[in-house]
Amino acid sequence: MTPVHATTGHRQPIDAEPVLKLEGITKRFPGVVALNQVDFDVRPGEVHALLGENGAGKSTLMKVLAGKHQANEGRIILGGEEMAFENPKHAKRAGVVLIHQEQSLVPGMTVAENIFLGSLPKKWGNRVDWRKLREDTNRILETLKCSFQHDDLVGSLSIAKKQMVEIGRALVFTPRVVVFDEPTASLTDHEKPVLYDVIQSLCEQGVGIVYISHRMDEIFHLSHRISVLRDGEYTGTVNTCETNEDEVTRMMIGRSLELDHASKPSEFGENMLELRNLSVKRLFSDVSFSIRKGEIVGMYGLVGAGRSEVAETIFGLRSPTAGEILLDGQPVSFHTSHDAVAAGIALVPEDRKDQGLILGMNCRDNMTLAGLESVSTLGFMKRADERAVYDKYHQAMKIKTPSWRQKVGNLSGGNQQKIVIGKWLHTHPKLLILDEPTRGIDVGSKAEIHALVKELAKSGYAVLVISSEMPEVLGLSNRIIAMYDGRVTAEFDGDSVSEDELVQAITGMGQPSPAEAATV
Amino acid sequence: MISIKGFFRGRTTIQPIWVFVIAIFIFFSFMSEYFLSLSNITNILVQTSTIGLIALGMTYVMINGNIDLSVGAILGLAASLAVGLQDYGLTIAIIAALASGMLLGAINGLVVWKTGVNAFIVTLGAMLGIRGLIFLYTGEQSFYSMNFAFADFGASTIGPIPVLAIIFLLCTLVMHLVLTRTGHGRNTFAVGGNPEASIDAGIRLGRHMMINFIIVGFFAALAGVLLASQMGAATPNLGRDYELWTITAVVLGGTKLTGGYGSIVGTLGGVLAIGILRNGMNLMQVPAFYVLVVLGLILISVLIIDKKLNVPSTKEVRI
Repeated sequence: MTPVHATTGHRQPIDAEPVLKLEGITKRFPGVVALNQVDFDVRPGEVHALLGENGAGKSTLMKVLAGKHQANEGRIILGGEEMAFENPKHAKRAGVVLIHQEQSLVPGMTVAENIFLGSLPKKWGNRVDWRKLREDTNRILETLKCSFQHDDLVGSLSIAKKQMVEIGRALVFTPRVVVFDEPTASLTDHEKPVLYDVIQSLCEQGVGIVYISHRMDEIFHLSHRISVLRDGEYTGTVNTCETNEDEVTRMMIGRSLELDHASKPSEFGENMLELRNLSVKRLFSDVSFSIRKGEIVGMYGLVGAGRSEVAETIFGLRSPTAGEILLDGQPVSFHTSHDAVAAGIALVPEDRKDQGLILGMNCRDNMTLAGLESVSTLGFMKRADERAVYDKYHQAMKIKTPSWRQKVGNLSGGNQQKIVIGKWLHTHPKLLILDEPTRGIDVGSKAEIHALVKELAKSGYAVLVISSEMPEVLGLSNRIIAMYDGRVTAEFDGDSVSEDELVQAITGMGQPSPAEAATV
Repeated sequence: MISIKGFFRGRTTIQPIWVFVIAIFIFFSFMSEYFLSLSNITNILVQTSTIGLIALGMTYVMINGNIDLSVGAILGLAASLAVGLQDYGLTIAIIAALASGMLLGAINGLVVWKTGVNAFIVTLGAMLGIRGLIFLYTGEQSFYSMNFAFADFGASTIGPIPVLAIIFLLCTLVMHLVLTRTGHGRNTFAVGGNPEASIDAGIRLGRHMMINFIIVGFFAALAGVLLASQMGAATPNLGRDYELWTITAVVLGGTKLTGGYGSIVGTLGGVLAIGILRNGMNLMQVPAFYVLVVLGLILISVLIIDKKLNVPSTKEVRI
């Protein structure tokens, strides 16, 4: 496995005529210019990273490229020929394929049927040519070096393998340009190298890759060149080997960001939460740690290490099979999340859209969702009070919305997350649990949320931050709990721990004995 | 089209169905001289009150992300009980009828909540089972009310307005306020919109689901009692197909089958649309079978228009 923490890239730009060129693309939606005179090109065999904050226009640009949207102005030139893609199928046949963030596979069908969905090879009489289907699929799976079979059901595959099937689809029509939109969002650290290998081998075949991601480490590891969009405008292209994260960030947000380690909270009170040998069968066991008032504790580990499950157990969504939870010194046991909320625990869940928000509801209603009692008398809500609550957190957290009537589904990730946090602040919790608080959020909003979390801790909240991003855990936490395979492997001081120590603790390498871990 | 889109955006309480209701109202006013009279309009309200009352409860259940197919059978059982138990006193008969509806609703809700089986299946079973109970109880006989107070109530008026119409409009107002102004109403939307997020917000999902099934059970039973009082009798087949009419009205009113969206104002529009169409075509002496054909076509076209109108909203500006 290649280390992916390099801050500057090592790949020299490839010198070749671009296989794809976008010139002066402008796309208007009613009331807004999503893209304004954007230029972009991809050379064969290169990985060209496209960066920008949420809402900067990356996805729109790629949708124009893949034929989902039609540009109002500008030209798309593929292999020297000007194209006008009317729909995605058209673009796909011409050799431009978009690999979606959300997977669009049919779980009840086999790998082969999914890869050739809509383009099954046919024999006379319109019958499916199963032999050809099998052979073609095997050929594709071989190129991707996949470990599964053509007749495996897609529903039985892991997320990473499903993604391979999705990529396999791109290879049906010999592609010239493949667009990856946040491909690693749902992959674990172990699964990523497989994806990197596939991208590498596509490059070697002369395919041009467009790579969209929020993760700087990946971009610097993979790409040859980086282009940046800001508010629908093209801000420039740089060679990866000649730039660094700071410069790219500046291009994205128009200013530089500094991680402010010094501003961590430093005054702590009594223990607010204490876990004693908490276990849930088959998920995690013997988890013990405590969080003081005003303290931020980070929980670091790989996906599947049991971190979210610990949070869910504290929040009453799972029942512990052993051990106890003490809140404010009192042993507690919650049967439902309602009890946990009433006792003063708040959980900002991992998956904003599926677990945190009612997307069809407006901003105000989402904000008051967890604390309706406090704005109601006899079951009837007081509208003025509700508005006051919304206005308060709207201002305090600088949420950008045109009005409280806006459906939260139409907001950017950062603003959505602020609404979820606002929802919980309104319940005045004692303990705030944040599970992957900045996943899929652009850098600008990320910094704002980090500052907010520190401020909350300083005002007396006990905060538990679960994250798979090392800089986030290091930048926020007073103490760090490392988890591996359902166990706490170590506890570190947030200011003095090194990255190496953390990596070792969460991968189970050089695992200290339990006694050692307890004394750290 | 564009001006229509602009008109509806941001006015979530005004459903497209109301434009349709106003249009057919004007249409029939010109087509039939009898249509625009006070007696005919109150007549429409009385005719629609049965479906209308059930639709109020159904709106809650559907916004909540469920559906209740057993309302027609509950209506039939409540009507039979309200007439059949009158030997024990009218009050007891009516209370028993209403209680039966709420109890059956509670059972529906409890099964859906505790087992997680789809409400469509659970209430489909309930629909068959309860209809069976009616036949067991009545022995396939129709019951006739010997109590004249009961039979008179269905035809009574306050001033020029029938009591049934007043009951329906009052219930509509109360249900509208509860849905838009109470925590229960808000949480009903939340649970239908995203059950998982609702649980994570500490909302007691099962409780709200139970309450809504009890509400729809109550309204189905109330509709049954009032219908029996209108007819002075109850037949074992009373309420057949009513679940379909109710769902039609609710869906016409803009409530989504997937949950999370809907309004009582829209449902009132849907109920009136069906009532006015039936009444108006009747006055124009259109044969009854054509009425069904027209209603079917209208249901589908309204949903197509609704879909066309609602698509642009998903592409709204992201900030």
